[in-house]
Amino acid sequence: MIELRSLTKRYGSFTAVNAVDLDVPRGELFGFLGPNGAGKTTTLRMIAGILRPSSGSVRIANIDLAADPVAAKQKLGFIPDRPFIYEKLTGVEFLRFVAGLYGQAGAEVERRGRELLALFDLEEWRDELVESYSHGMRQKLIISSAFVHKPEVIVVDEPMVGLDPKAARTLKDLFREYTRRGHTIMMSTHTLEVAQTLCDRIAIIQRGVIRACGTMDDLRASAESGVSGLEDIFLRLTGEGLARELVEVLDA
Amino acid sequence: MLDELRTLLAPKWLTARARARKKERGRAARTAILLTVGAIFWAFAFGLLHRLLAYFRGVPEIGPLLAGKLLGLILVSFFSILLLSNIITALSSFFLARDLDLLASAPVDWLSLYTAKLLETCVNSSWMVVLMAVPMLTAYGTVYDGGPAFIALALLTFLPFLIVPAALGSALTLVLVNAFPARRTRDILSVIAVLAAAGLVVLFRLVRPEKLARPEGFRSLVEFISILRTPTSPLLPSEWLSRSIMGWLTGSLDLLPLYLLWSTAAAAVAIGALLHRWLYARGFTKAQESGERWAREGWTGRTARWMLTPLGVVRRELVLKEIRVFFRDTTQWSQLILLAVLVVVYVFNIKFLPLTGEGITFFIVNLVPFLNLALAGFVLASVAARFVFPGVSLEGRTWWLLRASPLSVRELLWSKFWVGTLPLLVLALAIVGVTNSLLHVSPFMFAVSVFTITLMTFALAGMAIGFGTVFPRFETENAAQIPTSFGGLLYMMSAVGIIGAVIVLEARPVYSYLSAVSFGGGESPPLIELVLGFGLAAAVCLTATFWPIRIAQARLEALER
Repeated sequence: MIELRSLTKRYGSFTAVNAVDLDVPRGELFGFLGPNGAGKTTTLRMIAGILRPSSGSVRIANIDLAADPVAAKQKLGFIPDRPFIYEKLTGVEFLRFVAGLYGQAGAEVERRGRELLALFDLEEWRDELVESYSHGMRQKLIISSAFVHKPEVIVVDEPMVGLDPKAARTLKDLFREYTRRGHTIMMSTHTLEVAQTLCDRIAIIQRGVIRACGTMDDLRASAESGVSGLEDIFLRLTGEGLARELVEVLDA
Repeated sequence: MLDELRTLLAPKWLTARARARKKERGRAARTAILLTVGAIFWAFAFGLLHRLLAYFRGVPEIGPLLAGKLLGLILVSFFSILLLSNIITALSSFFLARDLDLLASAPVDWLSLYTAKLLETCVNSSWMVVLMAVPMLTAYGTVYDGGPAFIALALLTFLPFLIVPAALGSALTLVLVNAFPARRTRDILSVIAVLAAAGLVVLFRLVRPEKLARPEGFRSLVEFISILRTPTSPLLPSEWLSRSIMGWLTGSLDLLPLYLLWSTAAAAVAIGALLHRWLYARGFTKAQESGERWAREGWTGRTARWMLTPLGVVRRELVLKEIRVFFRDTTQWSQLILLAVLVVVYVFNIKFLPLTGEGITFFIVNLVPFLNLALAGFVLASVAARFVFPGVSLEGRTWWLLRASPLSVRELLWSKFWVGTLPLLVLALAIVGVTNSLLHVSPFMFAVSVFTITLMTFALAGMAIGFGTVFPRFETENAAQIPTSFGGLLYMMSAVGIIGAVIVLEARPVYSYLSAVSFGGGESPPLIELVLGFGLAAAVCLTATFWPIRIAQARLEALER
């Protein structure tokens, strides 16, 4: 469903993403992990068609994003990590607008919008301007907007940031059910527990290069012996030893 | 306290320095254009004022009085601009700025915070007035031989003149924020500011300043002189500044106005600081609240939705979004008030043109509406700069959404073009229609006006979209600031160029027609002249419509945010 071939992004002499090859098949919930600045967001924004790759290609549902961006984006929903939306629209107007961007309108969109707002406890805020929403509420609205046009693929950057425990739980259930129905989700996260319990497969990226990719068992095998949890695997693979000079830093 | 103040101001200074050092493509060219435009403006303002003052100086008795009156008028407008601008800037710097959370949680002394924010407010709202004051004061200094000491006097008197409105404006904002939530205060202030500006324009027009230049309209010279001698506003700092400067220049320096200026500045800052101590914490807490605002689609919304159905879902939703966002943002729609006032003043001026009586021929009556096209074009360009130019910049923060959706950039730009152009066209046709009817022009000139202004509107809107995309201001929080950017300036310059080109191209056939009717017994101009003149003007306008949008499209498609 998502195919990346030698995907590269360079900013001047700095290579943010370096020849990434990845396949995420239909019905899979794929996790994308990595330390800060590893290239996760850049990769996801290239898949969403916001950034242009320096080289390499992205295919969504067998459509080349560079060759036919409109058709490829029609299949896609994107949830960014920073919830910037139109402050002067109400929640329901925003959902209607996003559906409109995908060419959808009418009773079906209204119904789906209502259901999504209810799912995330935003129903009583539906007619409030977004400027009065909290950070978490904006995040919930953006998540709802990514589902409103029923995309085949959803790309999510840090979905849990700012969500309350109930919304986080709802989102996890929604993701699971969505993939069970044959849709595909690719998400980046720093919450390793979420990735471990939710994702079918996980890739770990560091300095723009994929260090490991596979199921939890595959990852355990690629890390050295003696590790079991995703946190240990992550730290071992990314070489980020636990603050070894902790005491020295605190004493300084 | 000084160390703390230095620390508080360091980020502003460092940011400005980093921005100045940033290496960007085309930066040198931009700076060169800015400097050239600035130099032309300075030279123009200086030259004009110098000529006028030199003339005044030659007139005994009344000369210095007229010079003082003029200075008083300029300074009173400076003072009103400063006060308004400080009120609005203080709201951002004291209550809405992003660094306030950090500062409010740090152990910073209240007086240091007040001083730092006051300085920030003062600098941000006064730099433009200072730039305008330089050629003015230079002209006064050179015409009246102020000597090198005049520079010191100008600095010594101008500084408190800037401090007073900053302290007063900040105090007023502080009181307002304590009465309303900050975001609501911003809305109220935008409307107040626009109404005040509109009031100034109307007042200035109704006063008919041209009367002062015609002393024969007064009953006697004594009455004229006594009017000139009366201070415009004896309690305003602008009057004290004017008296200090004119006193020095005419050799009768009076120290009282200088004392008044400095003591008022000191008192304003002290009172401002006390108010800050009592009210700031409460106001800052209140500023975090946002006014509860809701909107539900009523019958107007449903009608608009129904009427826009033929556009298709994507365009309809884009257009609806544009309209909603515009009318819910007070900083944007409130500018319509100013626009309405400008149009009224414009029509008022045309109505009172002395176009009847002896010596006023058919030729002149019909030439005026043709030249009027240039003026109407300029009004339209300013309106497009306010409302169409910022369109793409305002999408900056939501660019991720539009870019990730299947919406094509072309579709987005043309939607913005039509949403901006249609109201602009209605305005253009109304201005031209009303003024032409007032002037009783011939049917031929009426047709020329409608044809030209329609094409010009398309060109001006297309250019506004193009320039607004190529020189975007994605990070700004206030839409009203976008047109005053570098790109906005370039847009206005290019718009004037296009208007000029169209007028020049059409001048020949229009001249031939008017001469033929006036002097040649009703023969129409040669067909080739008509086709060439109007055809070329149309070609220029259409190129100016499509070409900038095409460049904007390429630019946006390559944009990575």
